[in-house]
Amino acid sequence: MTLDPVLLSRLQWSWVIAWHILLPAFTVGLASYIAVLEGLYLVTGEEVWFRISGFWTRIFAVSFGMGVVSGIIMPFQFGTNWSRFTDAAADVISPLLSYEGLMAFFLESSFLGVLLFGRRLVPAWAHFFAAAMVAFGTLLSAFWILATNSWMQTPQGYKIVDGRFEPVDWTAIIFSPSFPYRFLHNVTAFYITTAFVVLGVGAWLLRRGRATEDARMMMRMALDLLILIVPLQIFLGDQHGLNTLEYQPAKIAAIEGRYDTAQPAPLTLFGIPDDAAATMHGAIEIPYLGSLVLTHSWNGAIKGLKEWPADQRPPVGPPFFAFRVMVGIGVIMLLVVIVGQVLQLRGRLWDSVWFLRLCQLTAPLGFVAVIAGWITTEVGRQPWTVYGVLRTADSVSPSLTGANVAWSLAFYIVVYLIMFPTGIAFMAGLVRRGPQQPDLEAPVSPIESGRPHEPFESAARAAPQL
Amino acid sequence: MALDLVPLWTILLGLAVFYYVVFDGFDLGVGMLYGLVRGDAARATVMNSIAPVWDGNETWLIFGGIGLLAAFPLAFAIIIPAVYFPILMMLLALVFRGVAFEFRFKHPALRTFWDAAFCGGSLVATFAQGVVLGAFIQGFNVDGRHFVGTSFDWFAPFPLAIGLALMFGYGLLGACWLVLKTEGELQDWARRAAAICLVAVLAAIAAVSIWTPLAHPEIARRWFSWPNIAFLSPVPVVTALIALGEWEALRRRHELTPFLGAIALFLMSFIGIAISLWPMIVPYRYTLWEAASAESTQAFLLIGTLFLLPVILMYTAWSYWVFRGKASSTAGYH
Repeated sequence: MTLDPVLLSRLQWSWVIAWHILLPAFTVGLASYIAVLEGLYLVTGEEVWFRISGFWTRIFAVSFGMGVVSGIIMPFQFGTNWSRFTDAAADVISPLLSYEGLMAFFLESSFLGVLLFGRRLVPAWAHFFAAAMVAFGTLLSAFWILATNSWMQTPQGYKIVDGRFEPVDWTAIIFSPSFPYRFLHNVTAFYITTAFVVLGVGAWLLRRGRATEDARMMMRMALDLLILIVPLQIFLGDQHGLNTLEYQPAKIAAIEGRYDTAQPAPLTLFGIPDDAAATMHGAIEIPYLGSLVLTHSWNGAIKGLKEWPADQRPPVGPPFFAFRVMVGIGVIMLLVVIVGQVLQLRGRLWDSVWFLRLCQLTAPLGFVAVIAGWITTEVGRQPWTVYGVLRTADSVSPSLTGANVAWSLAFYIVVYLIMFPTGIAFMAGLVRRGPQQPDLEAPVSPIESGRPHEPFESAARAAPQL
Repeated sequence: MALDLVPLWTILLGLAVFYYVVFDGFDLGVGMLYGLVRGDAARATVMNSIAPVWDGNETWLIFGGIGLLAAFPLAFAIIIPAVYFPILMMLLALVFRGVAFEFRFKHPALRTFWDAAFCGGSLVATFAQGVVLGAFIQGFNVDGRHFVGTSFDWFAPFPLAIGLALMFGYGLLGACWLVLKTEGELQDWARRAAAICLVAVLAAIAAVSIWTPLAHPEIARRWFSWPNIAFLSPVPVVTALIALGEWEALRRRHELTPFLGAIALFLMSFIGIAISLWPMIVPYRYTLWEAASAESTQAFLLIGTLFLLPVILMYTAWSYWVFRGKASSTAGYH
């Protein structure tokens, strides 16, 4: 058996980024949630907001710390494994990545410390301001990273000089055609992910009969947000799909599992894709629905993958199945939210134990949907790193052998399997402690530096020990 | 033509790398020395001396890496794959060290494990950085715009020796930091450790100064041809004077001077390497100008950098100011 450095490098990239993406998926939404809670506390002065905010801030600190640590790995991957891509595309993408680092560090260093340690040391308005700036910072990070990714998906604003991408128009580069859709779809996904975690944790606390007032408030807020943004997300997803159809039709063909062009096109619910034979085995199809969903007309044509040469087709399996997982989760989420709202209207939300259980079960679904959506769009981009211009196979570092990458991947797997479960167990411990009464007598923690020097530890210290 | 931004980016990147080497250097050094310190109270003091600042220091590694990527992408694309395994080891060691720093407070039962992870992580990261520097000076097997050697080219006497030397170098910075931040017995211990590291560092500087001109005729010509030798002779002389001053400062039990002296020794070594390699960024192959990114790229990033960097620096200075004075085993940070 020979080890392919390209395939292994892709697996390594997937491994380190899949773990990393779970953290922004949670912290982007959580930062905004904390900012809202702090705002409510500032306006109403009611202690319940203060308690809930403190509870989630402790958990935020841990996930943020893990995000920073796993994020250090990422920029170096471009050099170690993807040096030919780096050489070709750095002039365009490097400022975008650099701005992410600079701005994130700037906002983190200035405001995160105040948010984490400053509750008793600064006035409420300053604490709210810090929370809002941290939330703004997480959104800025998402902005720059997704701008980079979108440019790789739908590149523009460059010219090719000696086989390298040279920037021509920065506005065009940052706001590439898929960027607005990708950004809104992602941020909404992050918000939904966080809201389902909040909903699940609230339900868990309620079933244990702990911090009942806080738990009810968490559930109510999550349900009220979700009834707005889950339908919004379905709309945004649809728009994102139309945008993809326009700029990356081969990706849509892979998502649809469509090898042959069809007009009108049915919607393939399920099937076993076979890239070698270019057929879908045992396909279950609904006539006309594919055209209706994608072209918003009964008779729209959907191009099949056979329209492209075999070496320009993405593999069908991963995008096809991942997309169905993502959409399936979206449907489940919508049902949960509707049921929750109905129960709330009837005033039976708090004693429907089966529903509280359901909320607990669905709490991690957002993470699964984020990973599935990411697999859909990234595998669907193949075989390109810069869509239609630079191939993945031509992007990898030429000096690497398969064995080299196999070793490094093994190291990353071992270290991540120690680090992430430990961090997750620690966050679970913070959840189990639940919201706490603010202890105004407790000694003031040292925050003078204003930086989260050790977010894990400060989180633990902020929570009274059991 | 528009303004040539390459010199400015060279200075910015040089400063970022030097800042990283000195600041993360001392806390990596403290991390390594931690393994040699005995007694719970002393160990807690050692830990507290870097607790407030270590992760801020580490952030500069990202600035250095991303700065190289943005300003001199060709160098990034050639050098990083060439040191594939040292970079891997450094990253994993830093991750492990960072996590260990937090978790060692969490799990008293696993304290020994996380302590070892912290110390070992510091050691591996330092050694790996030294190997990267050594491989950089050694030069890379380049064809066109790509590194075409093997992923083990760094496994050679010179890079490995530099890895070892850097352990003593960071050890010196760390020990001098402890002299500054501790008192009594622990301070005496740190002073002895600093003296030992100083001797090793001076031996390493001397060895490198002989080894590199012998291995690279162009470096020999740079230093020893007339009139260069006249202009450049102050470099070794000043280095020797600083070394003497450092020894005296340690002997006379100064507190701040040894740390400043250690930084000065690093600065002289940094200048020495810069003189040897100038104007190469991929040694013996590509100059700074040949490896630079497009003018538009450098200009676009410069706007934000010039605005944000001073704020970050002021902020960092303030946080060091807040945590000035002696570290203790109990009060303060933890």
